Amino acid sequence: MDDIQGILNAMMRTAVDPQTAAVAIAVIGLNIHFGYTGLINIGQSAFMLLGAYGFAISITQGWPLPVAILVGLAVAFVFALVLGVPTLKLRGDYLAIVTISAAEIIRYVGRSGGYESLSNLTNAAQGIAGSQYRTPFTDLSPFPTGTTQLLPFNYLDVAGGSTVVRLLGWLVVVAAIWTAVRIGRRKVGLEGSTRTLAMVGLTALVVVLLFFLAPVSQRNTGVNGWWFTVVAWILVGISLIIVLGLTRSPWGRALKGVREDEDAMRSLGKNVFAIKMQALIIGGLFGAIGGMMYVLPAAVQPDALGRSITFFAYTALLLGGAATIWGPVLGSLIFFVGRVFLIGVANTYLSSDDYLNIMNGQQTSQFAFIIVGVALMLLVIFRPQGILGDKRELRFNV
Amino acid sequence: MSETTTAKGLADPAARRQLMSGVEPEPGSSKPDPILKVDNIVRQFGGITAVDVDHLEVQRGIITALIGPNGAGKTTFFNLITGFDRPTSAGRGAHWSFDGATLDRTSASKVAKSGMVRTFQLTKALSRMTVMDNMMLGAQNQAGENLAKCLIKPFWSAQEKQVEEKALALLDRFSLLEKRKDYAGSLSGGQRKLLEMARALMSDPKMIMLDEPMAGVNPALTQSLLGHIQSLRDEGTTVLFVEHDMHVVRHISDWVVVMAEGKLVAEGPADSVMSNTAVIDAYLGAHHDTDLGDDALLSDATLEQLEAEVAAEEAEREEEQRS
Amino acid sequence: MSRTSVLERGVVARAAAFLVLSLLVAPLLLLLSSRSVEAATLCLPKKDETACIAGTMGSRAEPIEGVDVTLTKPDGSTETQTTEKDGKFAFTITEPGNYLVGVDEETLPKGSELRPPANAALRGPEGTIKVDNVQLGQNYGPVLTVRPKGFDDSTSKWDEFIQSSVNGIRLGLLLALASVGLSLIYGTTGISNFAHAEQVTLGGMVGYGLVNVAGLPLVVGGILVVIICGFTGWFQDRILWQPLRRRGLGLTQLMIVTIGLSLAMQYAFQYTVGARTVRVVVETPETRDFGSIRITDQSLWAMGIAAVVLALVGLALLRTRIGRATRAVADNPALAQASGIDTDKVIRLVWTVAMGLSGLSGILYALIVNGVKWDTGLQILLLLFAAVTLGGLGTAFGALVGSLIIGLVVELSPMVIPGDFKYAAALLILILLLLVRPQGLLGRPQRVG
Repeated sequence: MDDIQGILNAMMRTAVDPQTAAVAIAVIGLNIHFGYTGLINIGQSAFMLLGAYGFAISITQGWPLPVAILVGLAVAFVFALVLGVPTLKLRGDYLAIVTISAAEIIRYVGRSGGYESLSNLTNAAQGIAGSQYRTPFTDLSPFPTGTTQLLPFNYLDVAGGSTVVRLLGWLVVVAAIWTAVRIGRRKVGLEGSTRTLAMVGLTALVVVLLFFLAPVSQRNTGVNGWWFTVVAWILVGISLIIVLGLTRSPWGRALKGVREDEDAMRSLGKNVFAIKMQALIIGGLFGAIGGMMYVLPAAVQPDALGRSITFFAYTALLLGGAATIWGPVLGSLIFFVGRVFLIGVANTYLSSDDYLNIMNGQQTSQFAFIIVGVALMLLVIFRPQGILGDKRELRFNV
Repeated sequence: MSETTTAKGLADPAARRQLMSGVEPEPGSSKPDPILKVDNIVRQFGGITAVDVDHLEVQRGIITALIGPNGAGKTTFFNLITGFDRPTSAGRGAHWSFDGATLDRTSASKVAKSGMVRTFQLTKALSRMTVMDNMMLGAQNQAGENLAKCLIKPFWSAQEKQVEEKALALLDRFSLLEKRKDYAGSLSGGQRKLLEMARALMSDPKMIMLDEPMAGVNPALTQSLLGHIQSLRDEGTTVLFVEHDMHVVRHISDWVVVMAEGKLVAEGPADSVMSNTAVIDAYLGAHHDTDLGDDALLSDATLEQLEAEVAAEEAEREEEQRS
Repeated sequence: MSRTSVLERGVVARAAAFLVLSLLVAPLLLLLSSRSVEAATLCLPKKDETACIAGTMGSRAEPIEGVDVTLTKPDGSTETQTTEKDGKFAFTITEPGNYLVGVDEETLPKGSELRPPANAALRGPEGTIKVDNVQLGQNYGPVLTVRPKGFDDSTSKWDEFIQSSVNGIRLGLLLALASVGLSLIYGTTGISNFAHAEQVTLGGMVGYGLVNVAGLPLVVGGILVVIICGFTGWFQDRILWQPLRRRGLGLTQLMIVTIGLSLAMQYAFQYTVGARTVRVVVETPETRDFGSIRITDQSLWAMGIAAVVLALVGLALLRTRIGRATRAVADNPALAQASGIDTDKVIRLVWTVAMGLSGLSGILYALIVNGVKWDTGLQILLLLFAAVTLGGLGTAFGALVGSLIIGLVVELSPMVIPGDFKYAAALLILILLLLVRPQGLLGRPQRVG
């Protein structure tokens, strides 16, 4: 049970990690591109990287925090324009090739030491250390110094942390999530405010129970502390509200129309190019915000924001369900937490003398990634609508 | 003002006959009040000339049928004037105008905005959206489709309500009201044709262009489709529609334009144009002397035709599987 | 596409970890850094403690004595050594970072000067040579050779151009082996296969296993690699792609399946051989000089084999029945099926041949760049896509032309821009071409409607 509790605690730490939230924001952006508008953008990492560079370099040049954020967004905006103008009139697979190529170009330029004036800003392949741009953000923290544990009242306080209590707790969590997913997919006959209320209630219950069963202890303000966590997840919340508003509006309807059939939209008098461009920009801006949040607790490293992060974003999006509101967040959580789970299980049970010892320490994380790759394949083949998607939508392939 | 009066008056068959009686029944003849004028449109694919139309006028307020055997270039012609394709002769004398406005360099969406809305031979229902959402997209000038305004509901909620009412009324008229919450992809072929027509009407077009509205529709529904087309005209909308089976259109079209091998071969009232020798030649000649081993069969135009047929068959198969 | 770039990645990955360390040690080193002229002593790198920048002034055959070699450290301080009879210099480094090595012109033999490195990315300010990304525990050997002063630079530029062109054609031919298959798969099935590059890696890895580990002769190993990789193509189509075609999975979904496969394969490589570079053959290859061109025997063989195989594939596509059927399917699958071609059979064959060709490309590539790593394929994936798109999506001959262009751009661009921009340059050219000619060089324009 201690082994399991160890894995569970690691999973919870990942679940609240600001970087998980950061990727979730980027996936929300990707959902606007891919899920709603049908744009195959395989360069979301470039939006993240550019946002991160814009932000970090501005601060190292001594500009104030709000300006730095605006610069990060502006860089992503310009990138979307440059990318979109030539490609959005072409067939979809060209956008795929151009976005992934452009993302690689950005990464190569970022890691290049070829031009001094450039590498003085980007610090080439080594990247910009977080300590060089983090301070203005850390200084904003209203939290006192010290460490806080969530929850202070947890499983250890009930019956001395007995296994039965914990098992019972996890059963309730699983049941609550299952119910929430069923409500989310409209399998349960709840409508309107009752439905919202049930969802909020279940979510709250699950969150509280999770912290009860696997308490997380972090510093209040330091790197990866609660200040980072809270801001990151508030940003996720704001992003969700914005996307909810956008997709429920006639504009969001037009996005889906473009995804379904561009020619039909043209025949209805819609400016398809403008709609696609707007979608590319909005999704890209979310990517930039995700990128800034991603590097705040770490460093701006071109290679850390490369193709793999785009591929992970796609996995997360498809896992949660493309063209759904909650899908990106749910998918990102499951993706990162699931990976930690796999590594934890492999470390504990497959790479230890107590149990099986069939792989070494490095192989456990590679093992987890192999599973991720296979899972992505199986997911697309057998459940392309993800966890929250509607099966009916997927039946009519375009 | 005059527009509406003529339109109203044209619900009467006698008035329509009288209006068109003065028109010469020959290709490219001029009409008393043309809404669409086309000059010198040529489209070539490789070496094949798919469309070569010198002059065509379409009369306002009546139903004009554009007919011709398979591969006559009807759909390509539609694509050209609606901005979905560019004529090879662009900039070299190609000129066409709709309701007085020149369309030579107008994009497909602007063409639609100017009041000329089309449908497609292979229906383009937005499959993974509900029937209702399909309809809502048809409305023009929606404030809520503006990115700057879409997040603030008061800017567009009133308009949205109006559009919704209009959509419901049209769905009711086209007997699709019960399907409004279904995904468009789940509709039958005929229902999709109806949906596409209803969606096109959401924009109150001056002229509606239907590309083979009867293709793949079961005979029972054909009658009601024809009825809808007629009632559109009676309400003042100009109708231009493509059909390859001339018998279907016979009793609803006020004027028939016949195309063969990319050219206009005949024009005239439905009952007389059928006996035109050029038309008979076009229909019989299109297939009777074609050798299946002929290289011409591998031309782009025929390939396109085959592709379309294969796609249509596939669509039908899918439909059968679903039902 | 050189060995250095393959190594560079690993170096970069570790750079992050050392960054923090270096920030801590930097002030300390500043105090210790010496400015006195010292004689060179032997240097051996210690893991996590020291690195060495060492080499011979001149060449081993003709060392130059009494030259002051100066090392400029990341913090700007310098250290100077004077070479002895053996021409050797050796700096011990205790701090990772970017270093510069230069010589005092005064101390060089009269009438000679330091030869600037061929790779423009290694040229530092004031005639120095860059040693970037120095990591502790490693040896670095900047090449310090001399040439007569007033050396006719235009000839050297010309030589460099010829040498780079040959390297470019070599890279282009190897890319072509893989991209022809990629293009045919795209043409016949519509799949943008992101796992294609991993098949290239697979070729190198299988070659490593058969030749280096199992000790088979290179020729036998090479043939087996092609057969095994071809079989993986057959097998993939049998258990994966064909069933998915039958299910009617959309093209975007198929593309994401290939992304999943590519991830799984990359980490499977790491799982089996680790993150290190492995070599197919252990011996250092012999080199030959043709005028100013220097090339290894292996490269010559690789180019020859690639050219012959490509010619055979081309002939087969043009002249044989099955080749014509393949082109027909690539042109228009529905029509090909309607005219009685067994598209499933053609596609199965395309997968088999395509994977066999990428396997061949992989082992040849591993031979010429002297090794293969889990991400070797990943690095050329975009070059492959660029080549295919440049030539025209789905056209086999377009892929060949595109590959040669991309190969040349990659190898020639360092003559005008820093070397680490060479891949970026290739991709930029792709994007620019798409703007003016979206259908690619040999592709037909798409019809609307």
